[in-house]
Amino acid sequence: MHAGGFAPSGLFYKSSRIFEAGVRNNSVIGWLLAAPLSLVLVVFLVVPIAMIVVVSFWGATEWSIYPAFQFDNYAFLLTSDVTYRVFFNTLKYAAITWGFTLLIGFTVAYYLAFHIRSLTWQIALFLLCTIPFLTSNIIRMISWIPFLGRNGIANSTLISMGVIDEPVEWLLFSDFSVILAFVHLYTLFMVVPIFNTMMRIDKSLIEAAADAGATGWQTLWHVIVPLTKPGIMIGTIFVVALVMGDFITVRFMSGSQSANMGRLIQNDIALLQYPSASATAVILLATVLILIGTLLRFVDIRKEL
Amino acid sequence: MEQRPKSFYALTAFFVLFLIFLYGPTLTIGILSFQGPGGGLTFPMRGVSLHWFRDLFEQQAVGDIWGSFRRSFVLGLMVMVTTVVVSVMGGLAFRKRFTGSSILFYLIITSLVIPSILISLGVGLIWSQSGLPVHWSTSGFGAQLTWTLPFALLIMFAVFNRFDRSYEEAARDLGASPWQVIRHVVLPIIAPSLIGVALFGFTLSYDEFARTLLTSGSYNTLPLEIFGMTTNVTTPVLFALGTLTTIFSLLVIGAFLMVVWIMNRRRARNGSDAGQGMV
Repeated sequence: MHAGGFAPSGLFYKSSRIFEAGVRNNSVIGWLLAAPLSLVLVVFLVVPIAMIVVVSFWGATEWSIYPAFQFDNYAFLLTSDVTYRVFFNTLKYAAITWGFTLLIGFTVAYYLAFHIRSLTWQIALFLLCTIPFLTSNIIRMISWIPFLGRNGIANSTLISMGVIDEPVEWLLFSDFSVILAFVHLYTLFMVVPIFNTMMRIDKSLIEAAADAGATGWQTLWHVIVPLTKPGIMIGTIFVVALVMGDFITVRFMSGSQSANMGRLIQNDIALLQYPSASATAVILLATVLILIGTLLRFVDIRKEL
Repeated sequence: MEQRPKSFYALTAFFVLFLIFLYGPTLTIGILSFQGPGGGLTFPMRGVSLHWFRDLFEQQAVGDIWGSFRRSFVLGLMVMVTTVVVSVMGGLAFRKRFTGSSILFYLIITSLVIPSILISLGVGLIWSQSGLPVHWSTSGFGAQLTWTLPFALLIMFAVFNRFDRSYEEAARDLGASPWQVIRHVVLPIIAPSLIGVALFGFTLSYDEFARTLLTSGSYNTLPLEIFGMTTNVTTPVLFALGTLTTIFSLLVIGAFLMVVWIMNRRRARNGSDAGQGMV
């Protein structure tokens, strides 16, 4: 009776040992495979962030920085209204760019996914949209000069059409040109994930909606948009992160007349004020991570890929 | 074939406008780089010439663009190879849950969304505080990997999500060792995607600016050199350089796409048709 009582538990014990060994083995192989990746991320991501946090408490003279533990950098930032203005400017750029990239990106992805019928054409047109992303951002920014400049194509066209008498000054080096460049550079980050999600929508759902009497708009709004939400979320994460973290587009396209958080950091770096730059960087990073963290609650990225 | 709805034509027009928006400016500087010697940064063209391209090869005033091109090219290759190897290993690791895998996943996402200038600043600070000289092939190389690896891993996740594991099981049933399964079954199947990852690795590195800004040291990469030029060069030589480097990027993209295309063709020709008759 005892023996009978023991046998199953002994068996259970043994199989759970095998199971544990399996898990441990999996983990060891997993760790070995992930080791190079982890190494890169620790050395070039985790440690640098830690360093920035540490240095944000340091002090600085005009030519050097020294270790300390003081809140001066934060106190200065949080009591200066420049910080708040620049902070809201950063959010403004992100919000407006997001709106435009979403509208354009959704329309383009919708066209490619539902109106192009052959797969070959879909791939060809999709590649056509993707290629500019693989060329230099700085060159793509420079290439707006002949369009938007005082004597540029836009002004001369408008003058010859009689719409305006004098060249418009705000086309280049303004908020307008900054946002135009953002939309130009980053719309692709909306097109790709939205297209990817749309391609996985079962086409029979759309037929079913049509059979049930839905109009084109109703199908779009009640079937396609809800099913595309994960793609929209991933696109949003890309666009928000890229615009919030940018400094080069704002500097180049506003002719140094507008600022965002990235520009504040870059200015401090140019003046060798690393502790102050680090404090701004910590605030920017916290904002971006909170925003992205919130967005990630609405989508499981790994499932959507 | 059923008739196209009216919306098709409206959307086609929208798509064409979008393409003009994407490519128009680049084509414009392409045309303007052939500006005559007396021409400026905008239309009208004052004659047509190769003057500004010649300037790129002769004038020392444009800085060390050929040196920086060489550095960017070598760095691009280094980043490309590392990105492919590390992301394949990472992709294989993530196929099974392992202790710490979710932390690593969130680090990848962080690496993707973190403002680039923070990487530049942080890596620059570490190098300067520990007395190491920043150099494009060490600190610059690592900083760029934090940008290329997340993209590569997202692609690898997508690839392995669609991977049919029964091929591996079949190989194991035939007695293949784990390494043989990867070498002779997994890698050949995912090869076209790896070409894509390599393309991303090279071009993202070749065009990378913000993460290299404070980490490349005294020898500039090409994007840094071009950015330096935007502040003090006001002649179409800037456009000539932009045109050349864009053409170079397009050639690289074309070469990679060609390889994928040839691979797929060979696969279609030599592949087995086993099982096709059943469907």
